[in-house]
Amino acid sequence: MTSLSDTGEFIAKKYEPKGPVVLDCQVNNIYYGDFRAVRDSHIPIEKNKVTGFIGPSGCGKSTVLRSMNRMNDLIDSFRFDGSIQYHSNDIYGKKIDPVVVRRYIGMVFQLPNPFSMSIYDNVAFGLRLNGYKGDEEEMVVKALKRAAIWDDVKDKLKNSGLSLSGGQQQRLCIARAIATEPDVLLMDEPCSALDPIATRQVEELMVELKEHYSVALVTHNMQQATRVADVTAFLGVDISKGGRTGYLVEMDDTHKIFEDPQQKLTQQYIRGEFS
Amino acid sequence: MVHDPFKQASSARTLSAPPSANDYMKDIVFRAFAYFCASAIILLVVYIVFEIGSEALPAIKTHGLGFITGTTWDANKGEFGVLPEIWGTLYSALIALVIGGVFGVGIAIFLTQSFVHAKLELVFRTTIELLAAIPSVVYGLWGIYVLIPLLRPGALWLHETFDWVPLFSTELSGPGLAPAALVLAIMILPTVAAISVDAFKRIPYRVKEAAYGMGATKWEVILKVMLPTASSGILAGLVLGFGRALGETMALAMLIGNVNNISFSLFSPANTLASLLASTFPEAGDIEVQALMYAALVLLVITFIVNVAGLAIQQYTMRKFEGKK
Ligand SMILES: Nc1ncnc2c1ncn2[C@@H]1O[C@H](COP(=O)(O)OP(=O)(O)OP(=O)(O)O)[C@@H](O)[C@H]1O
Ligand SMILES: [Mg+2]
Repeated sequence: MTSLSDTGEFIAKKYEPKGPVVLDCQVNNIYYGDFRAVRDSHIPIEKNKVTGFIGPSGCGKSTVLRSMNRMNDLIDSFRFDGSIQYHSNDIYGKKIDPVVVRRYIGMVFQLPNPFSMSIYDNVAFGLRLNGYKGDEEEMVVKALKRAAIWDDVKDKLKNSGLSLSGGQQQRLCIARAIATEPDVLLMDEPCSALDPIATRQVEELMVELKEHYSVALVTHNMQQATRVADVTAFLGVDISKGGRTGYLVEMDDTHKIFEDPQQKLTQQYIRGEFS
Repeated sequence: MVHDPFKQASSARTLSAPPSANDYMKDIVFRAFAYFCASAIILLVVYIVFEIGSEALPAIKTHGLGFITGTTWDANKGEFGVLPEIWGTLYSALIALVIGGVFGVGIAIFLTQSFVHAKLELVFRTTIELLAAIPSVVYGLWGIYVLIPLLRPGALWLHETFDWVPLFSTELSGPGLAPAALVLAIMILPTVAAISVDAFKRIPYRVKEAAYGMGATKWEVILKVMLPTASSGILAGLVLGFGRALGETMALAMLIGNVNNISFSLFSPANTLASLLASTFPEAGDIEVQALMYAALVLLVITFIVNVAGLAIQQYTMRKFEGKK
């Protein structure tokens, strides 16, 4: 591991979580092949809170988020150095099967990606996978309602998920992800394809979800971060050494980040000033 | 002159311009060429069917539909019926489709779902595509000298142990349905595999990602998501393979035994339409040639029906899985 003091790289002041932590994410380095995408970031995801991730494009928000349920294991060149503690187990531990991790830590992706099957089957997919024994239809309807897509699709549950519009597909994917009520939900810009009304509804969903679960949310929308995130992490990009390595600049309660940021970079980013 | 009312009206600084007259010209020429090619193919097919049909006309008049239900082919008595050949054609092609389909799709899954390294995948793919380049005579010879002797002991054992199963009710005494269908399966394997590989490769990465993201295991991802998503493409491969199996001539003429016989048994000799044509033509007299033309017409019709049915199933799966109208 590269020690911080001898490279002189900036390291964020440690954020002290105020409540219990569900995912304690300690990134030392994340590589894609030789490319170092993210370095030295400690990002605890607190239980029953929405944790927001903001930062310029390419700073590694998606990369960090996708590390949290081992999605990036699908990429051959990906290498994670660090640890992510989930209920006192490192999800990168040798004995842990990523498939199990992903059953508890769900994900909504940046681009809609419904399966080529009916709308109903899309949402029921996770329930069937997890061997859910209860009333499947009830859970499917509930998930569709919570994802604010029920009114759009209630008359055509048998139609293919791919026959929906982009924004509808994204909400379908949200329904699919929440149908199994995962313990932690990772959402990568879930609203970037949604109109303001649907966006509001999805935001309400996040607030509702955090009562029982925990949410990590990547967003480019500052208002959204202030509206739903309890805690916000700001990631920046370090271009000083020729690379483009992302790192945590500052993490704190959302109002603190937006009203009284401690780092100059955070201030500039939030006010929209760039050098 | 190209009609463009916008150039004058729009702001003076815009770089937008309409396509030139030359661009339109190219468009028209290309279109005409494409129409020409497409209609040439249709004309060719119509011409072939017409030619065969008119050659077969006397036979059609003499034998009528009895030709399709008749079971003897005897030029001396002037008796012609192709039911055994129709049966043999469909039965052998169906067995080949099942075997070749299972292996072809299996190979496609193996090659595309990151079981093997990219370089090894190329080696496999090339090898499989090589199978398509082997002439069918060579398959026939291989069948006679290698496959039939190889199948004999197993066939004998199956027949002795399970002779109450219709599939194994006769002995394999040489050429027969089993070796013919197996060789057919190998011959359609490259088609099915190559087209299925493409169908799997066309699936966007984010679909696979979504499936893994739900916490599906590799087999769940493949069986529940990738396979349904690729199904319309795979079906196209199966239809093409089946069509190929229906029409295959040389290897079958060498391996199937050319006996007019309707039986479920895998080991009994049989006959197919294409192999009947190939083996009877050289010594056929005028009347028999007309009957053979009728048989060719029957084969064409069967192939046509199979293709249309395949297309219909494909459309159905597309609508069901992909929501395409
Ligand atoms: N599969 C990959 N292979 C190689 N490099 C990648 C891969 N995915 C991302 N990267 C690189 O990692 C860096 C961080 O990417 P990431 O997608 O995490 O950014 P992001 O913060 O989510 O950006 P955006 O806001 O635009 O979504 C980028 O420089 C990108 O080029
Ligand atoms: Mg991203």
